[in-house]
Formats: sequence, C-alpha cells, structure tokens
Amino acid sequence: MTLLEQFRLWLGGIWPGWEWAAYIVPAIVGIVVVLGFVLTMVIVFIYFERRLLGRFQIRLGPNRLGPEGIFQPLATAVKVLLKEDIVPSRADKLVHWLAPVIVFAPILLIFAVVPFGEGAIFADLNVGIIYVVAISSVSAVGIYMAGWGSSNKYALIAALRTVAQMVSYELPVVLSILGVVLMVGSLSMNQIVDSQNIPFILLQPLGFIIFFLAALAEMNRCPFDLLEADSEIVAGYHIEYSGMKFALFYLGEYGHAVAYSAIIATLFLGGWQGPLLPPILWLLIKIVAVFFVIVWMRSTLPRLRVDQLMGFAWKALLPMAVINLFVVAAEVLWLPEGLPWVMMVVNFALAGVLILLWSKLFVLGGGRVEV
Amino acid sequence: MGILCGGIISEMAIKTEPFILNMGPQHPSTHGVFRMRVTLDGEVVVDVEPVVGYLHRGIEKLAEGRTYTQNIPFTDRLDYLASMTNNLAYVLAVEKLAGIEVPERAEYLRIIMAEMMRISSHLMAVGFFLNDLGAMMTPVLYMWREREKLLDLFEMVCGQRLTYNYMRIGGVSHDIPEEFLPALKRFVVEMPGFIDEYDQLLAQNEIVLARSKGVGVLPEEMAINIAASGPVLRASGVKWDIRRSDPYSIYDRFDFDIPVGSAGDCYDRYWVRVQEMRQSVRILEQAIPQLPEGEVCVKVPHLLRPPAGEVYGRIEAPKGELGFYLVSDNSIAPYRFRIRPPTLINLTALRDMVRGWKVADLIITFGSIDVCLGEIDR
Repeated sequence: MTLLEQFRLWLGGIWPGWEWAAYIVPAIVGIVVVLGFVLTMVIVFIYFERRLLGRFQIRLGPNRLGPEGIFQPLATAVKVLLKEDIVPSRADKLVHWLAPVIVFAPILLIFAVVPFGEGAIFADLNVGIIYVVAISSVSAVGIYMAGWGSSNKYALIAALRTVAQMVSYELPVVLSILGVVLMVGSLSMNQIVDSQNIPFILLQPLGFIIFFLAALAEMNRCPFDLLEADSEIVAGYHIEYSGMKFALFYLGEYGHAVAYSAIIATLFLGGWQGPLLPPILWLLIKIVAVFFVIVWMRSTLPRLRVDQLMGFAWKALLPMAVINLFVVAAEVLWLPEGLPWVMMVVNFALAGVLILLWSKLFVLGGGRVEV
Repeated sequence: MGILCGGIISEMAIKTEPFILNMGPQHPSTHGVFRMRVTLDGEVVVDVEPVVGYLHRGIEKLAEGRTYTQNIPFTDRLDYLASMTNNLAYVLAVEKLAGIEVPERAEYLRIIMAEMMRISSHLMAVGFFLNDLGAMMTPVLYMWREREKLLDLFEMVCGQRLTYNYMRIGGVSHDIPEEFLPALKRFVVEMPGFIDEYDQLLAQNEIVLARSKGVGVLPEEMAINIAASGPVLRASGVKWDIRRSDPYSIYDRFDFDIPVGSAGDCYDRYWVRVQEMRQSVRILEQAIPQLPEGEVCVKVPHLLRPPAGEVYGRIEAPKGELGFYLVSDNSIAPYRFRIRPPTLINLTALRDMVRGWKVADLIITFGSIDVCLGEIDR
C-alpha cells in the first residue's frame, strides 16, 4: 500500500466522502516542486549563459554581484519586476495580457513527464512523448498572440514568422522522435529511459541531429532566432512588453531551453542513467551539457533568413527525418535483437552519407522576388 | 474548365496589402540615427525611402565662421570612425589652396595614421556587418579587441581615442612618442595572423555565405552612374582607388594592390574590406622603416589667408572618396566649405539594391554599405 493510499484511507476515516481530497495534496506538492525546479534552473541557466557568452566573447561576463557574479540573475529579476507595466493604447488588451501566461504555462506542464530518476516522475503517462510534443506547441499560440495583440508592426512580422517556423519544425521533431519510439516500442518517458542501455545518440545519430536542430528552432535559439531577431525586428514579439509580462517571456524562453535540454537528455542521452552519481545529478549534468552546446552555437553562428529557414525545414530536415525513420523501422523489423553494434555502424554511416549528400545538393540560397 | 480553374485559383490566392514600416531612427541596426520608411509586402521589401538629417549639425555653415585651423576639429565629427582620414582630407585641401609644402616626416606620419584608421574603420564595418547578420556581438567584440590596440596607438600619439584633431595645416600637431613605433611594429606583425584566423572562421561559414552571396547586388554600371566610391564601388568590379588613380601625399612610393570584387554583392563588399585591411598592413610595413627624421610641421600663420580661389581636395577615405571643396576670398575663414560625403552618395543605391529582397537582406545590405551618420547628416 502506497503512502498516498494510506493517506486517502486516513482522510476517509476523518471526513467520510472526502477521500478524493487526498489527491490535491500531492498535486500541490508537485506543482510547487516543478515550479521551484524550473525557476531555479532558469536562474542557473541565465547565469550560466551570461558567463559563457562572456567567455566566448573575450570578456568577463557578470562578476560584480556576489562571488563570481552569481546574484546577477536575481538582480535582473528584481529589476524586471519593479519596471512599470506598459500596455500600448491600441493593443488588444485581453490578448496582450494573456499571451505571456500561455507562453510560460506549457513549459511547466512538460516537466510533468520528465523522469528525474528511477520512478521519480510526476505522471508516467503512457503517451508521455506525444504529450510533450502537443504541450510544447501551445507556446506558439502564445507567441502569436503576443505578436498580434501588441499592435506593433515588428511584433506582427515576428508573429507571422512564428506560425511558419513552429509549424514547419514540428514535423522533423515528431519524425525524429518516432525513430526513438520505434526502437523502444512505447511512448512512455520512463520506458524510453529504461531501454537506453546504450544512449540513443549512438544508435540514432541522425535522429539526434535532426531533433537537436529542430528543437533549436522550436525554442527560438540561434541560428533560428528569427522571432526576436534583434538586428532586424528589434525584439520581435515581446517588443511591447515590460515588467512582469516581459519577465514571463524571459522565463518562458529559458524554460523552453531547460525543457528541451531535458527532453534531449531523456530521449537521446540516456536520461537519468549513469554510473556512481545519483540519477538527478546525471540528468542535470546532461541538461547543462546540452545547454552548453546551445549557448556555443548562439555565440558563434549568424542567423538564417526566413525563406532559408523554411527551406531548411522542408527540404533538408524533413526528407532526412523520413529516410531515418524508414531505415530505423527496417532495422527494428529485420535485425535480430541484441545486435546494437550493427545498428550503430549502419546508422552512423547513414548519418554521414545523408549529411554529405545534403550539404552538396541542398543550397541554402533563396532569392529575390520581383516586385 | 481552364477559365473556371483560373478564376477559382486567382480568387483563392491570398491577396495582401503592402504596409509601411518605419525603421529607425531608433533601431539597433541603423548604425546611428538613420531612418527608413520601408514598404513591405509580407517580408518582401517593395520600396525603401531613406530619411536623413537626424544628426544634422550644420558643420558646413559653422565652418564658414571659423578660421582654417579652427575647422580641423569639425572634420573629426564627420565620420567619427575615421577621424584621422577626415583631418587628412581637409588639411590636404587647405594646403593645396594655400600652396604649402609639408615636411617629409609629416607626410609619412600622415600615411601611417591614415592606414591605421582604415584598418580600424574596416574592422568596425565588417564586425557590425556580421552583427547585422545575426552573429550576436561575438565578431564585433573580436574586432574591438584589435581596434582597441589601434586606439591605444592613437592615444599615444595625440591623447585622444575618437576625435583626434591630429593633422595640422603644414604637418601634424606632435611628433610621435618613442614607444609608438615598437607598439605599431608589434601590431603590424600580429594583424595578418588575426585576419587569417578571422577569415577562416567566418568567410567559410555556410550561413554567412548563404546570407550574403548574391544579396543586394550593385551592378558595375549602376555603381559608376551613382558615383559610388570606396569598397562599395570596388566590390562591383571597378578598379578605382584614389590612392592609385589620383595619387595624393606620398602614396605613389608604396607598393600595394587594389582588391576588386566581381559580383557587387554583400559578400564582395565584406571581402574587399578584409583584403584592404591586408593591404593597409602592407603599406604600414613599408612606411615604418622608411620613416625619416626631421620636422613634423612647417610654420604656418595662425590666421592663414589663402589666396582667393577655389580648390577640391579628395582622398580615399575608408568608406570612399572624401572630398573637401573650399572657396577662399583671401580672408581668414573659408567662404564656402563643402564636404563630399562618400557614404551618403553610396547610400543612394540602397533602394535599387534591396527591392524584392527580404527585411533581413535590407538590414545587411545597409550594413554592407558601411555608413556613418555623422558624415551623412553633417
């Protein structure tokens, strides 16, 4: 009998008919824990990114507030909270007000299905990964609302880019996840981690690369950060936001990065599995490692143009993901169990050949339109 | 049937109205206070109308009320990223007007300063071009690391880092301090390696190539017709460099190449600037050992009264042909003081270069022209 069952029976003993209330307590605990985890991680990520960017850009980064500047994100948070909340007079008030919430809330929901250790998962849904894909695309609606409701032309351009970008990059994300699902035979996040005796990055390098690139686009990170391209459309969709609403977008952006890093770690890097250290620490190490690569790319690469971005999704990532899916399906069907080495060699060769092929044949070009 | 389908399709096609976006004067990528009224059809640029004048200070008129020497600091405030070359262009024009000979050592110092300034200006140009491409600040900060060394050198010479006021009519204001030449030699040795490293990292970057090759093309014929100059003209394939075509000062003594592009696109403009930095380093390498001893300035009366007449002096500034047209009525102040700003004239092609491209291309094409608003608005 689990602790929860005992608690339910005990509660039923005191107030008959109120047994269901027992489920509220773990729900509240869960919400607090997830919120605490996400907020802490966001603060750590903000600090981490600023310091790393400083290193990449031959400067120090924040180092004044507290030892090695660790309180800088907190100072930023206080600053943002104290700012005046300005709503443009011609904005669509309700949409403008609702957008930051819709951007931020789904990120908390994603963490419900991220396994932090053996059985340490808030909801072991049997459709876990589908749930992640479904929930994370809700943020796009929030971003679109922000862009539309701000009554600003830059924000409007960003909103239209959002729709195009998010919809296009969902497909490679889903197709590369399907490869993993085929090998596991289950959609549950727990089982995905359990079946990774060998991390899937080694078994499915191409799937990992496609998922990683598409995830970069989904979380508006460089080189796909067209939604907030500050040299073109200034700040994009959140140009008209300030104060707490802006802070929610900021949280949402980093929360997205945490969430996708966690999902990449879970799907391809073996999740919480690892020797010696406790599982939660392994997961954190993997999340930070993924985030490090993201920051590295941000500090190095220029941005794609909008038509090149779409071309990359539909002409490069999507066909590659489809080929990858077919090859994995064939391997799962015909290869005997317990021969991961064959699969590893074949898939690495496949990844190499496909990437080489596309780098020769696919041109990022794009061009001029007659006006 | 065909008519029916055609009718349905043309009805189904989404018709959108173009809208006007007001970019600037407060915009991170307008390199100052430039304003563009952009007509957009979705992401596509249909029309661009540049609006200049937000930094207008009336330098041309102010200069008519001051003596020839007092006008030198004004020229610092034109293209503030290349103040030394502005100084040089102005004093050359005045010397031409008054018929003043400059000592040998001053000539060399001027060339050294002008070439250092060219490197510094081009560093900023390519750094911010990449920033416009979306490489968030990293290239700029690496450019700044090198530019900082040059600014330190300028500070050694004249105590200033941005507005130098170093050139004088008849020479330069001070001789160089003794620590200057060793520091410059070190810079000249380090710089080519830095350019190589940088070229390797960025010029072969797939995204940089995809974004800038073939974008914002300025055809050779149009470049000549709008009187473009500097890297913008040379990127379009015209071998025109005033240091060679109409040599001033002592440029005829140095051996250097004129890098010329072929396509006239954003990438070529970027490439030409990188190559010009190499050539400037070459000129510095030749000028340092040849630097003679002697006076750095001849005696020129404070209230210089050039003989009545007019003169047009021009030099190859980092951004193009910078010219000063001076009219003297034999008084202590110029009767007319007219500046030919290279970037304003290069900018006139912007509309033709970006029509039909996307918003992002508008930004990088504008960045690749390398404008300086201090010079455009004067």
